[in-house]
Amino acid sequence: MTAATDMTSMPGATPIVRRTPKATFDAVFRNASFGAAMLVLVLLAGIMVSMVVGGWPAFREFGLGFITSSVWDTQNEQYGAWPAIVGTLSTALIALVIGVPLSLGIAVYLTQLAPAWFKKPVATAIELLAAVPSIIYGMWGLFVFVPLFAQYVQIPLSNIVEGMPVVGTILYSRSPSGLGIFTAGIILAFMIVPFIASITRDMLEQIPSVLRESAYGIGATTWEVVRHVLVPQAGVSIIGAVMLGLGRALGETMAVTFVVGNANRLSASILDPGSTIASRIANEFNEALGLQLNALIALGCILFFVTFVVLVIARLLVARVKRY
Amino acid sequence: MTMTSTPRELPHQPWGRVRQSRRTADRLMKIIATGFTFVAIFVLFWILGMLLVKGIGGLSLATFTAVTPGPGSEGGGLANAIVGSFVLTFLGIAIATPIGVLAGTWLAEYGRGSQLANLIRFINDILLSAPSILIGLFVYVILVEPFRGYSGWAGGVALGIIAIPVIVRTTEDMLNLVPGHLREAGAALGAPPSVVITGVTWRAAKAGMVTGVLLALARIAGETAPLLFTALNNNFWFSPTLAGGVSNLPVTIYQFASAPYENWQQLAWAGSLIITVSILLLSIVARRIVAGGK
Repeated sequence: MTAATDMTSMPGATPIVRRTPKATFDAVFRNASFGAAMLVLVLLAGIMVSMVVGGWPAFREFGLGFITSSVWDTQNEQYGAWPAIVGTLSTALIALVIGVPLSLGIAVYLTQLAPAWFKKPVATAIELLAAVPSIIYGMWGLFVFVPLFAQYVQIPLSNIVEGMPVVGTILYSRSPSGLGIFTAGIILAFMIVPFIASITRDMLEQIPSVLRESAYGIGATTWEVVRHVLVPQAGVSIIGAVMLGLGRALGETMAVTFVVGNANRLSASILDPGSTIASRIANEFNEALGLQLNALIALGCILFFVTFVVLVIARLLVARVKRY
Repeated sequence: MTMTSTPRELPHQPWGRVRQSRRTADRLMKIIATGFTFVAIFVLFWILGMLLVKGIGGLSLATFTAVTPGPGSEGGGLANAIVGSFVLTFLGIAIATPIGVLAGTWLAEYGRGSQLANLIRFINDILLSAPSILIGLFVYVILVEPFRGYSGWAGGVALGIIAIPVIVRTTEDMLNLVPGHLREAGAALGAPPSVVITGVTWRAAKAGMVTGVLLALARIAGETAPLLFTALNNNFWFSPTLAGGVSNLPVTIYQFASAPYENWQQLAWAGSLIITVSILLLSIVARRIVAGGK
């Protein structure tokens, strides 16, 4: 804060004495800003290189088997990423299935339905949801949501589906503790809602109101305006916003670590505990030595490339929304 | 979508010509959209309520004066964690502000419209959403492993890397809002670009740039994942050199929350309350500045 004000007040501080600006300062300033801008590229390249180099011993040792193997055995130094990859993808997918309808509903409410005086407080509340640190979502998930979820959803559901084919496998929980892949997905859904909702809202607001008005003019209802005018207009950027939410969900660490159950094995049920790439790194990194450390960085490398691809697609689709 | 050709007698209905099924779909959508919005707001207040109920009981003078207790010991506070969090967060902001402001300035002033600027802007947007745990791993590989030890410096750098893209983005956006004729007026007086930028454009965009820094502050103040393997955490006062780990609130909350000791859990709740209230206040203040600056 002070840095910026000090610098801005510098030339104007002595209005009477006329100073000749030094040519060297101009060059230094120009090069410094260019250097700072290039640092952004260096940072991303640095993250990429450090992940590949740090994970290389694990990739070399296990080859393609590192991705496909489900064994994570620190005693025998056997490491496979498959359960963590599946956990990451399934929690993110569940988060999208729950979070996207919520976000679209909120965006529609904010742009089309809310009374004018109510828009601002609601929009602020949604944005504050984004400001809540992820560890607090973890606390809420573990101490408030998990017990309720176990008692009112998991146990009754397990009783109902027990013995059924397919459904009985996917929705049955062996130990109904409330922790698991599905719980993590629900918490993640609430964490990505503010991001998707606010971008979608911006997109809907940018649509010229003459389009909406002409639809209303021929007798369309609000739902028809949303469905046939607004969504087709903003469609591509809404998909971009969803991808951005996906990027967040894939890499989210603390909240997931609290509620995912941190099991290293793969379970067919989405209500059973599992782990994600990020949660496994957070759990094991500080105790890891040797090859386990490399295997964890290799996990980070996989996460990096998956989120990188998702975020590149997202940014290309959103193509410059304000903020985020 | 087909309209009924003969108007029905519906004197009390404002939408007399709209078919019942369309009206039902419309009303259903309105109820669902409103309901979803209130679900999200409800969750926000649920979380805040939970923090108040469980956190206030844990707050006392000792919370701010005593150090974090060891396993099994009585009482204790969060003094070292709170101070450590301040140190790390401001270290991160001190690193990120000059870099972020200068980079944003280059994008908006020198590089505007160039291919390179477009690439940097794109990469910056990706860094903005990059998983913070990867930043932690990156800093571990470049700063912790080579120097064989956790340190507050590594934690500060990790937080700085997370803050940089936020500041770059807001700085550039704010500078782009400054009308071009202000720059031209400066240049017409014979001022070189650096003086025009520092004396005219920065000054015009000051409020927005400050907001960017505050938003970055709010963003990194609660970050936990990147500190796990960089600043680490412990139960005593850190050394002034910041070597060997610096206690901080987020990691303390993480470690204390699910511990079997009751005083640890109490402190975790108190810490959560402190950190969330500070961050929400920061975000609200930042928003106020933007609203006032316009």
